[in-house]
Amino acid sequence: MKRYLPFIIIAVVFLGALGAGLALYRSARNPSPVASTPTPEQTPNMFESYSPHARGGNNAPITLEEYGDYQCPPCGGLAPVLKNVEAEYGQRVRFVFRQYPLPIHPHALIAAQAAEAAGLQGRFWEMHDRLYENQSKWSGEIDPRPLYINYARDIGLDVDRFINDMNAQQVKSRVASDRLRGNSVGVTGTPTLFINGRMLRPEAMSPEGIRTAIDMMMGKPGK
Amino acid sequence: MSARLKPGASTLKRERPAADSHPSSGGRAPLLYAIAALLALLGLADAVYLTINHLTGQTARCTVTGGCNEVLGSAYATAGGVPIAALGAVAYFAVFSLATLVLFGYRWARTILALLVGLMLLTTLWLLFVQAFILHKFCDYCLLSATIILILSGIVVIASRRERAAE
Repeated sequence: MKRYLPFIIIAVVFLGALGAGLALYRSARNPSPVASTPTPEQTPNMFESYSPHARGGNNAPITLEEYGDYQCPPCGGLAPVLKNVEAEYGQRVRFVFRQYPLPIHPHALIAAQAAEAAGLQGRFWEMHDRLYENQSKWSGEIDPRPLYINYARDIGLDVDRFINDMNAQQVKSRVASDRLRGNSVGVTGTPTLFINGRMLRPEAMSPEGIRTAIDMMMGKPGK
Repeated sequence: MSARLKPGASTLKRERPAADSHPSSGGRAPLLYAIAALLALLGLADAVYLTINHLTGQTARCTVTGGCNEVLGSAYATAGGVPIAALGAVAYFAVFSLATLVLFGYRWARTILALLVGLMLLTTLWLLFVQAFILHKFCDYCLLSATIILILSGIVVIASRRERAAE
């Protein structure tokens, strides 16, 4: 028996580590509704707890939903395209933005939190636009927060509150909730666009492709 | 590839403990290898936690240094698309396994353990350099791992010296 004991110990530790890892993974992907703090993302109806950031026509026949990462260059490239589409279609399009900061981008998470912190003061879209417009300026910084604070000042935010809110649990929860929602609908990278709930193929994510998809949806509304 | 092992015959040259030594000898430093195994378990837990955080996009909470987001979200947190934390988990599990085998008298495991810990030490020094001079941020979990590896390195050096002196 003693001959096999070290291998039994090693196997037990291996299985223990694997089991603990799987349990952690599951709890992170599906937060338990009975966990101690009743934060919004821990409720069973986790994705509906936050009203999404939306602009355009409230009763528009087309909802264009982006899962974006403020530090992802293709997202920065897509931002002006989407603005043109919004301007072109006016009240016929409702544009929704959801956070999907990728771990490979060091400042994506804090940028998402900056946008959400601005949202707490009713200036989400102003910060959203600034972040994309100035992506190349803050992306290379070691600490981009001073630039975000400048943007906050420029768009008329209460700067002290903005600084505190950037790390507020409410803001972090909202970003995490968007990410979980993205994972649940099959988002794996950014930008990912949904038109009336249907994911746009990456190869169709050109100005023409987006317009074609919207026009098709207008002729044949989605669910 | 290998012939079927007969009972009592092993290709893994199991070192039989001398009559006057500790029953589970671990060479001449059983306590040191036991500590190494326990430290490796702690490191394994740390690395598994960070790996899961990375895979699920969660934010690790840094209570001491406050630099978790910046360090764990940086480009230096992955190598070829694989999270460094996952590589760390594999390495810690290997250290635990090797230290356990040494404790049970498998002499060959000592050399591999020393080489592995040396490799982990070099990686740790690089990651400390990255945190201090490139990112200018530290993360609690990375510093915990660095401390564990520094202690493991010390243990391996001391254990090797004791064994060399005894031979």
